[in-house]
Amino acid sequence: MLAFILRRILQSVAVLAAVAFIAFALFTYTGDPVTFMVGQDATQEDRARLRSDLGLDQPFYIQFGRFVGRAVQGDFGLSLRQGRPVSTLLKERLPATLELAVTAALLAVLLGVPAGVYTALNRNSWLSHILLAVSLIGISLPTFLIGILLILVFAVILGWLPSFGRGDTIALGWWTTGFLTKSGLKALILPSITLMLFQMTLIMRLVRAEMLEVLRTDYIKFARARGLTDRAIHFGHALKNTLVPVLTITGLQLGAIIAFAIITETVFQWPGMGLLFIQAVGFADVPVMAAYLCFVGLIFVLINLVVDLLYYAVDPRLRIERLAAAN
Amino acid sequence: MNTIQHLLARASMILVAATLTALNASAATFRFADQGDALSMDPHSLNESLQLTITANVFEPLVGRGKKLELVPLLATSWKQTAPTVWRFTLRQNVKFHDGTPFNADDVIFSYERSKADGSDMKTKIGTVKEIKKIDDYTVDFVTNEPFPILPDTINTWFIMSKVWCEKNNSTTPVDVRKGKENAATLRANGTGPFMLKSREPGVRTVFTSFPGYWDKVESNVTEATFTPIKNDATRVAALVSGDIDMMEPVPLQDIDKLKAAANLKVLQGPELRTIFLGMDQSRDELLFSNVKGKNPFKDKRVRQAFYQTIDIEAIKTRIMRGAATPTNLMIAPGIKGFVPDLNKRLPHDAAAAKKLLVDAGYADGFEVGMNCPNDRYVNDSAICQAITAMLAQIGVKVNLMAETKVTYFPKILSRNTSFYMLGWTPDSYDAQNALFALIMTPSPAGQGLFNLGTYSNKRVDELSAQIASELDQTKRNAMIAEAFKIHGDDIGHIPLHQQALAWAMKKNVELVQLADNFNLLKWVVIK
Repeated sequence: MLAFILRRILQSVAVLAAVAFIAFALFTYTGDPVTFMVGQDATQEDRARLRSDLGLDQPFYIQFGRFVGRAVQGDFGLSLRQGRPVSTLLKERLPATLELAVTAALLAVLLGVPAGVYTALNRNSWLSHILLAVSLIGISLPTFLIGILLILVFAVILGWLPSFGRGDTIALGWWTTGFLTKSGLKALILPSITLMLFQMTLIMRLVRAEMLEVLRTDYIKFARARGLTDRAIHFGHALKNTLVPVLTITGLQLGAIIAFAIITETVFQWPGMGLLFIQAVGFADVPVMAAYLCFVGLIFVLINLVVDLLYYAVDPRLRIERLAAAN
Repeated sequence: MNTIQHLLARASMILVAATLTALNASAATFRFADQGDALSMDPHSLNESLQLTITANVFEPLVGRGKKLELVPLLATSWKQTAPTVWRFTLRQNVKFHDGTPFNADDVIFSYERSKADGSDMKTKIGTVKEIKKIDDYTVDFVTNEPFPILPDTINTWFIMSKVWCEKNNSTTPVDVRKGKENAATLRANGTGPFMLKSREPGVRTVFTSFPGYWDKVESNVTEATFTPIKNDATRVAALVSGDIDMMEPVPLQDIDKLKAAANLKVLQGPELRTIFLGMDQSRDELLFSNVKGKNPFKDKRVRQAFYQTIDIEAIKTRIMRGAATPTNLMIAPGIKGFVPDLNKRLPHDAAAAKKLLVDAGYADGFEVGMNCPNDRYVNDSAICQAITAMLAQIGVKVNLMAETKVTYFPKILSRNTSFYMLGWTPDSYDAQNALFALIMTPSPAGQGLFNLGTYSNKRVDELSAQIASELDQTKRNAMIAEAFKIHGDDIGHIPLHQQALAWAMKKNVELVQLADNFNLLKWVVIK
């Protein structure tokens, strides 16, 4: 087990290095931040000096090398746009993104799994039809449209919820949370629904398909023959056996939620890392873009690791195979 | 369990407190939004209008601008030229910074030194100043390298910081990203202005409170103001309509009528000082992006004029800008010192005449040319370029349009890697000389023509522009400005298009002043 984790950590370092390398290769095409770092009247000379002092006139692999050299010492440099340390910026924005992503992921699982089970068990009920129709909307409508529609209905027309932002937050150490204020919770509702809708429908459809598959298998028939209750069959045997693929997808989707909350964050002006990244792209703020991409890479690696470990917990066969292989 | 109870108790306390403040100050809080945010609270870090309009509430210049952009005394009570190269400023007495320290000549000299440091973007504003001499605590002399008649006009966004505060907070220079060290002035601010910076969360919200010790009586009844950047157009509009904010800008053109029709909202529109124009490469012997080989069609005035006359500016105004534009024939807007109303008459739109000019120039079959255009910098910029592409097709010119984001656009055109481009310009000093210097003079290493990206060049215009910079006699100066613009216009050195309109939307109970330089100062905001 330990060896497995160690190997994964080594792999993740390689993944991060690859992410950073590709990122720097792409930065050649993202534009020149110096244009925006100085006002219109700055002289050509000042611009050129700034560019060379920042090393922006160097080929990308040299810029990449410098970045890695500093990053291993924990120094991600200053944001060219804000003149503040990149690590501080990410730390400031992390709570907003994580709270939104975790809320959305929890909602997606808590609503998606029961809905999937229900629609699998009651294939012809009217509620199943409605759920499936709604899920079609979730799959097919683009995120920004859902967000704008929600704002239109709940903020503009009904006036129940705020149209943008995160509301009031409370600082717990360096972490800021919106969970403890009324305005924070209200502000969380629309963005988390926007962000989770696609994930929820995905989980629901996956659970439904898997359940239908499992319910046809022989051991379910035998279980019925044994006279087990429906409850035990559905949840103890059927659902449990659908969980491995659901876990994989949910795990990967959590990574995707964190990494690609960008659109939701932009529509709701949610002060998370996605918004920070979009602003950085609009400025060609290389240090922020590089650090953010590496961070997202790290999140994916970590989530994959956790998912792999969860397989062991959920699926006893893996534990046995592993033991057998070790022996 | 205990912690949860504790947290809940704390949360409800905060809620109660929030409700109470809302009740107390409901008549005088102001929440406003813009599509972007100031990048720093440091007034010397970036010479950009949004940054300066935010920091202008906290900091003040010696000479400021009034509601009609006229010069008004702020930290200086009077100024005069005591010699051709010396401007004497008498400073205001009994002015205090927000931390209580008094303002005097040392702060002016300190701010001058700070603005010259690496990391400062204010170098050009005080670039003509050789030194500042302290005569006494409330009198300073600005000594310039050459006679500089418009010095007071050029320093209205050059803000004074407190020497004591900066030294105490280790912020005696602006942040220099090359050195990799941040400083306190990025997030905190101590000025003499009518508002104090209460809190600053970059990209989230910036809160101001009124400064009780301000030296002047303030029109505004706002005691607390919250600024929020909202990048997405639709969200910004929704935030205003739903009442989450009191004022926002810019209003997307397609939403102006809708917001005007809303019962509790109003839209304030006015021409901006920025002029949008097209430039053409007139120096290369062969265009970089064209099918014409061995010669450069833009070197022929007839071709430039044909382009000019083919563009139907009225159609652009009504169809693309929905009326929110003022067509122009000059490279500067009304409101800029030196504007010449007599010269502001466009050549008629006449595609037939244009075609004839093109035939005379030897391009009967037209030609192909590449055009560069931003798609996120000016109002409907890429739509304008597309329309121009279609218009030029009428005279047989095939334009290969390359519209792209400003992040990649500006580096490209600044390296003069273009044949035909779009640009917008507001003279930073609100004076014609700046436009002549940056846009029209022949490019040189000394800084002239930095944005003359098509390298228009006329000796007489260069001479005049150089003289204008140091001419002290107003009448002579205006005559020279008029002559320079006349020559440039006759040469069709550029193709001016229009001044885009500012569009701000707010609740009906908000009274404020919309300055043509897009400044929105809290000291003039009154909530009824």
